[in-house]
Formats: sequence, structure tokens, C-alpha cells
Amino acid sequence: MTSARPKIATCSLAGCFGCHMSLLDIDEKLFELVERVEFDRSPLTDIKRCGPCDIGIVEGGVCNAENVHVLKEFRKNCRILVATGACAITGGIPSWRNNVDLWDCFQEVYHYGLGLEGGQIPNDPELPLPFDKVHPINEVVRVDYFLPGCPPPAEAIWKFLSDLIAGREPKLDQAMLRYD
Amino acid sequence: MTEMTNTFTLDGKEIPFREGETIMAAATAAGVYIPHLCHRPGFKPHGSCKLCTVNIDGRPSAACTHLAAAGMRVESETEALNADRRALTQMLFVEGNHICPSCEKSGNCQLQAVAYHLGMSTPHFTHFYPARDVDASHPDVLLDRNRCILCELCVRASRDVDGKNVFGIGGRGIRSRLIVNAASGRLADTGLAVTDRAVAVCPTGALLRKRDGFSVPIGERRYDRHTISDVTTETEEERPRHD
Amino acid sequence: MPDMSSPENSCDLPGIVARWGGDAANLVQILREVQEACGTIPPEAVDPLARLLNVPRVRIESTASFYAFFHTGPGCAYTLLFSDNIIDHMAGKAGLKQYVCEKLWVEPGKRSEDGLVYVGDTADIGLADQAPALLVNGHAVPSLDKTRLDLIAELIRARKPLAEWPPMLFEIPDQIRKAGPLTGEAFAPGAALRRTLARGAEATLAELETSNLRGRGGAGFKTAIKWASCRNAASGARYVVCNADEGEPGTFKDRVLLNSHADLVFEGMTVCARVIGARRGFLYLRGEYKNLFEKLQTVLARRRETGLLGESILGEAGFDFDIEIHLGAGAYICGEESALIESLEGKPGKPRNRPPFPDRRGYRDQPTVLNNVETFACAAKIAEQGGAWFAAIGTPQSTGSKLMSVSGDCRRPGVYEYPFGVTARQVLIDCGAENAYAVQVSGPSGMCISFREFDRRLCFEDLASAGAFMVFSRQRDMFEVARNFTHFFAHESCGFCTPCRVGTSLLRNIMDKLAAGKGSVYDMNEMQRIMHILRGMAHCGLGHTAANPVVQTMEKFPDAYEKRLKKLDFEPAFDLDGALATARLITGRDDAWAHLADD
Repeated sequence: MTSARPKIATCSLAGCFGCHMSLLDIDEKLFELVERVEFDRSPLTDIKRCGPCDIGIVEGGVCNAENVHVLKEFRKNCRILVATGACAITGGIPSWRNNVDLWDCFQEVYHYGLGLEGGQIPNDPELPLPFDKVHPINEVVRVDYFLPGCPPPAEAIWKFLSDLIAGREPKLDQAMLRYD
Repeated sequence: MTEMTNTFTLDGKEIPFREGETIMAAATAAGVYIPHLCHRPGFKPHGSCKLCTVNIDGRPSAACTHLAAAGMRVESETEALNADRRALTQMLFVEGNHICPSCEKSGNCQLQAVAYHLGMSTPHFTHFYPARDVDASHPDVLLDRNRCILCELCVRASRDVDGKNVFGIGGRGIRSRLIVNAASGRLADTGLAVTDRAVAVCPTGALLRKRDGFSVPIGERRYDRHTISDVTTETEEERPRHD
Repeated sequence: MPDMSSPENSCDLPGIVARWGGDAANLVQILREVQEACGTIPPEAVDPLARLLNVPRVRIESTASFYAFFHTGPGCAYTLLFSDNIIDHMAGKAGLKQYVCEKLWVEPGKRSEDGLVYVGDTADIGLADQAPALLVNGHAVPSLDKTRLDLIAELIRARKPLAEWPPMLFEIPDQIRKAGPLTGEAFAPGAALRRTLARGAEATLAELETSNLRGRGGAGFKTAIKWASCRNAASGARYVVCNADEGEPGTFKDRVLLNSHADLVFEGMTVCARVIGARRGFLYLRGEYKNLFEKLQTVLARRRETGLLGESILGEAGFDFDIEIHLGAGAYICGEESALIESLEGKPGKPRNRPPFPDRRGYRDQPTVLNNVETFACAAKIAEQGGAWFAAIGTPQSTGSKLMSVSGDCRRPGVYEYPFGVTARQVLIDCGAENAYAVQVSGPSGMCISFREFDRRLCFEDLASAGAFMVFSRQRDMFEVARNFTHFFAHESCGFCTPCRVGTSLLRNIMDKLAAGKGSVYDMNEMQRIMHILRGMAHCGLGHTAANPVVQTMEKFPDAYEKRLKKLDFEPAFDLDGALATARLITGRDDAWAHLADD
């Protein structure tokens, strides 16, 4: 780590922000955290673009084109990238859609769903275009560390971050390792 | 007793065995855990998951099928073997659709527990996301092939214990799949009963008793309380929790 | 042609089952006959079969769905399966396949709507010396070119029954380019048996021992040890099984031995029966060699008539032995001895846990000698001419001769019989391969040698070989050779063990990624990692060797890989822009945000 306070960026791709909530669950240690690090792009800061950072925390899998742009921005700017939570690591709950045909899915949602009449499939360029399947982030960029859990327990996040901030190889004991 | 005077060493520890006993059986009897998924005490050794691969006098072999012999030197808990076992576990994860957060078996699942034991933090390999069928036709049992690891424990249990032959493996290679003994292909049309050993023996959430999900709170599930390496709990999960 | 309109009518299930003794152990043969009669294995036939054989229907379905040549969907009047070995590709397979598809108005891999024709691929069919080749309804047609395919398309469009097709299409010359003790000397049927009876079983085993004969299937296990172990086994019934499941891509020497020297092979089996005390033998013939089936049956019938098979062979009271032919149904793994036995017992060909080996617990768990076609042919010659004669040929550790199946970039492909110990260079000179750059010795599971290694010798001391010798000239892309082989292994993995079931597919996918120009150093390391798992943890030889082609070509021809790698350390596992194509189609979008550019 640099002598200045390490910079951390976080984001949620195809996720539910549950991992971010779990981060907030470190409770009083949050005070310690904000003293020891500086937050760059993150839902916590509302900074929209990621600058050069030490640690990038990515929650959620990759389900659309916009996710790729954000993920690549993180990879480019973050020295260490951490896939955080089940979705970032396996695709998670959103990947249940992976064996539903995208055509069928759109038809159901915009054409045939209950109460729909004359529905149109939206084609606004502002809307992120979905992939055929949802993927874990390590299938799109190189990932340095994986912090599993749905969400990872607050203690696990704290342990992981403390190790990284201190320049140690992050290590979870078996009790903190969980996939649900 | 003279029959137990034979021993071999497992990671330097003397393990007694009876003639005709496998390395796995002898190790389990001595309270030593060797990671495994397709093996279960009391069932015919199968040797397909390969998680129990050990080095026997320097050569790799499956502990669940390899017979113990006097004086053999067996290595199991080595960094290298556990790394390879982790890779095998990762292969099993990417081969199916194992989404722990939405699985009723989570916390009681052996695939998950072995992965914890081996310190797996990611499935690592590129996911296959195969299209696999879920069969909810049976009134009391759910068959979710997304979670099947092809260990054939249900096949063996139904054939050898229940005497029913409800299950089999169809196809080959990466397209292998669990099939059921009915022209309709539906579990409801087989002779399966919820009390069959075939249901209880499933190490993952591929075969589940219906209306039983999430009945044990997080923190009290089997592998919340014990690690899978605690060999004395091996057959405990087959005991029905209700009725 | 069978009547396609009413499959169940043409299927005499009770008759077929009765012909095979009502024995579920013959399930592979029963299913083959059902499919021959009905054009498919009709789903509605499964329950009646299960009843007739007294087995659960899952057992029938497991077997029916395991073998590549069995299918349960609607049948086709004509099924064309192109041999898919790299040698076929080098001979223009892809273009010819497309050509015939266009001629027949059919999409590859899809049954035509009228049920007339299906065009697909199959693993090497044992005709690499006459590539490209195909199977039409299971019958091999070699040396394809546009003229032959024009004729085939015409015959299909005219719905001409296969029996009325011009026989010249199915003619397969032996192409023995260099003869030796097995292929070049006249053999009088019965000669080896007479010597065996005169000498006695014990002394014959001693001759075999003296000969130092080692198995020709590739592993090189001493034949005399196998036979002796089986002979000394405690149990009653013993079996002799000949492994004619010659599935290793690039190998075809057993095809030639069985076509022109079948007596030698059957006599070797009968000698073995005498030595171990077996009454029943099997020739497990790969389904791709169906065209040899009738001919071999004729040879067996003639041997029965002349007292060389059946009861009291050559008048020796109590010497009773007969041979049945079982046909495989498209599964390379059945070349592995215990998988072959599983298949003989009517099950999917999945290798057993060994030990026990077949010499103690083989067919029906009884002591069984299982040898390669060429091994039995050698055994017959040894019984006839003695062990010392045989041991004088070849090298000390590799006695006798070896048949090489030579194919690829050479002017004279075919079968060459050499004393063991011949150099690769000598073979290359003899077959007219002046521009050889690499040779795949013993097929995909064997060894790839580069031009720097042509002085290596073909023998167990150096390059052990089951007989394939595929030659690649300088213009060939060794990456594509390896990629073809990874597809082969992924297709042929039986699926029993985790490392091979998953690892072979992972490997194939990464090779395809590299071929698409999307590979990186990360992918190269991944392949090394998978290779390590396969070698150390797979259940059988298929898995242990499945990564060899990649590992060896990576090491010997690094350029072939490097030129395909992007200059990045990591590339996405899937095609990002391609994965948006469906959504673009649905939304009708084509704006900049609807695309993802490469880095």
C-alpha cells in the first residue's frame, strides 16, 4: 500500500446491494474504516467515475453491456480487484435465468404477460442491452481475490479488508467461508 | 485378535486394517477424514468423484476403491493433493448449476461442505451453465438435476438397498444425466417413496424431501455445527429430521 | 431399406431377444438388431424389451443413450457420418461434407424434414489411409471425392436400397505396403493348433514365455503372464476375448488383419482357449468395421466345418471352443479392456475399478484373457513356429514385428510391418514422406514427435505404439491437429469420473477459444492446470492421456500457439459482443451502446 490512505472503490453490477449492506453491517468498525481508507467511486459516495484505486470491491455478476463497461473501468483503475459475493463469483441468483431463452423472456415480459396489451419491447439506447447469460466477473476480467457469501458476513468483509489494507495476503478461516 | 495387526501409514500415522478393507474404510474407522463425495460407508465403492485420490507409495489412486496393504505409505493431507481436490470440486461446481443461496440443501450439502473444507473461494473454471431438467412431479420428492454431481449414490441405494432400480445414468461424457425408471421420464411414475434410502443418500440438493426446506435455521444446520472432516457425523444427515 | 413408416411393425422384439438367448448381457447386440430392423430404437420398445429381458428400463435406456450409433429419435433412410479425424480434414473432409449437404439440400447435423437423410460426423472410422471416408448406414465408403459423392447423392435421391448400391463404393483395399511375418507369410489354418495339441498347453505357454510377446494394444503387458494368470485362476468358466475395437484415430491395421488374415487371429484365440481352458470366446468388433462382419462369420463357419472350432477340436476330446462376434456401437472407450467387458455384458462402456484385472475377474466376473487382434495373430505364429523364432525378430524388450498404420502427408499410406526397433525416419522414407515435420505416434493418446526426433525407434524401449503413424508436413498447423484431438477426447469421455468428464470439455472449449483468436497466456496456464488434474486423477487411460496432444504440441511447436494469442494476459471467457447478438435482434438496436468492442 502507498503511504497515503488506500483508496477503495465499490460497485454493484447484477446484484442486490446485499453485499454493500453487509459491509455497512461492520457497524462501529465503519468509523475505523473511514479513518484508514478513502472511498472513490461507490454507492456510498455517489462518485460516478472510478479514479486510480488500491482496492476495487465488485458485487454482482455481469448481465449486460453496461456491467462490462463498469467492470472494465474498475479493472483498469484498481490495483487489486475483489469479486465479492455469490453473484460476482458464480453469477448467483440472476444466473437462474441462464436457461431461459432471451426471446421467450422478452415476449413474456413485454408482450404476453398478464395485463399487457400492445406492449413494445423497449429499444432506447440508454437501456443496457442484456447478455444471453449472466456470468461471474472472472469470466470477463482478471480477478485477484474472491470473497464468497450471499452476502459475505460482515466479519468476513472486515477481516478481508483489514488484511488487504495492511498489505497482508487476505485469508478467511473456514467458519467465515460460506456460499449462502 | 490377530486380524488387525496389519497396518499402513496415512500421513505418518499408523492405521490398522482388516484383510480386504479399503484405505478409505480403514481411515474412517480410525477417525481420519479423506475428502470424498461418491463414497458412503455401507455402499459398494464407486471411485468416480476422485476426490479421495491419495498418493500410495508415490502413485495416485482413489482411497475408496484401493485395498489397504501392509506397510503401504499413503499421503493424503498434502498441500498438492488438496489443491487438486479443490480443482475437482471446482469442476463439479461449474459443470452443474450450483446456486447455494437459493438451495434448500445449503448448510447440509456435502458438495458445499467439502468445498469449505478445501478452502474453495471460487469455482474458478468457466461455467457451463447446462440446461438441465427439474422434475417436481413426485408428491413428496423433488429432483433437481441442476445440482446432480453424478455420484450414483441414489442409483446404488435404490438398486442395492431399496431394491427398486429407480435411478440410472443416461448419456455419456459431459452429457451424462440422471434418468428415472419410467416411460414418462417422470419421478412420479416410478416406485420411489420418500422414505427410500435413495432420497436420503443424495449428498447435494438434487433429491430433496418436499415441504422440508429451510426448516433448520442458519447456524444450526449440519455443516454450520460440524465440519465435514468430522467423520463421526458421516451418516447423520440420512436420519429424517421429522416423523 | 427397412420400412420407416411403421417402425414397431418391423420390429420383432421377442424374436431378436430370443436369438440372443433372452440374456440382458447381450443388450448391446439386441439394441443393434432392433435399430437395424426399425431404423431407430423406438421409445415404445423399451418397456417390452425390459420385460423380455427381465431388467429395469433404466438399464436399457442407459445403454441405448451411451453409444454414439444408437438413437431413439425418428430414424432416417440414409445416415451419412463423415469420419472426423484430422487426417480426414487434411484430405478435404469439411469441403466435401458441405458439398454433399448442398447436393442433398440438407443442413449438417439435422435430419431432413422428409426423413430421407442425415449428414453428421463420427470419430475416426479406421480408414485414415483412404481418407476422407464416411459411413452410410454403418457401412464404410473410403476415398471420397466429388465424383463419389455425386453418385452417393444420386443414389439417395433415387431412394435406392443400400443393397443395390454399386459394390465398388464399399471396396476397401488392404494397402499392405510392407509385409512381414504376420502379413506376408502363408498360414495354413490349423497349423498352430496342431502344434499346440502336440506340444501341450504347458509347453505352449512356455513357448509364449520364450517369445517375450507383449500386448499390441499399446500398453505392452507380457502376454504369457496374462495367460498364465488366467490359466491358474481358481474359477471354472474362462473366456477369451479379442479386442477388435480399433478406435484410436489413425489406426487401421486390425482392419487389414481381420480382412485378410482372420484365420491367424481366430487361431490365436483358439490356442489361448486351449492354454487357459476356455470354452467361449468373443471377437469384439468395432461397429465401424461392420462391413467385415459377414466375412468373419464365414471364416468362423468354415473353421467349424473343418474342425477348428466347436466340439472336440481337431478330434481332441474335451477341447471345445467357439467364438461369437459382438459388434460395438460407436464408443472409443470400449477399447479399454474393462470397458469392453462391460459392453460385452450389455452395459455402457465405463471402465471398471482395477484391480481386479480381467485375468482374475473379467467377463461375467470370470477369468478372462483379453488381447488385441495383432497379439492373437502373433500368438498363433508363435504356437506354429516357436518362441525362439519370434524372439529373434525385433529388439530384446520388443520382440517380433509391429504393424504400423501409416497415414497423412505421405505418398504411400497403408500398413507397414516392421521388426520392432525401426526408426521413425525409416518409416518416413518408406512411405514417401519427404516433407515430414511431425508424426503422431500411436494416435492422440500417444506421442507427438517433431522432425528433431525422427531417429527415435518404434519399440517399447523408446516410442511404444499401438500402431498409428500419422504424418504431418511443414504446411500443417499443429495447433489444429491438437484441437481436433481435444474434440475427440471430449466426445469420447465416458463421463464416469469427474476429472475426465469435465476436464476434457474444459480443454476443448479453451482450444476453441484460442482458435477463435481470443486466447491469452491465462488460457495456456489453465490448460496446464487441467492437464495436471487429468494425468493425476482420471479413472483410466483415456483421461490420463487426453491432454497429451495439447501439452506435447505446446512444448514442441510453441509458435503454433503463440501466433494465436492476443498480446494480453487475459481475455474474457466468452465473446462479449456475440453474447449481445440475441438482444440486438430482439430490440432491433444497433447503436454504439449495443456493441462491445475488443480491448
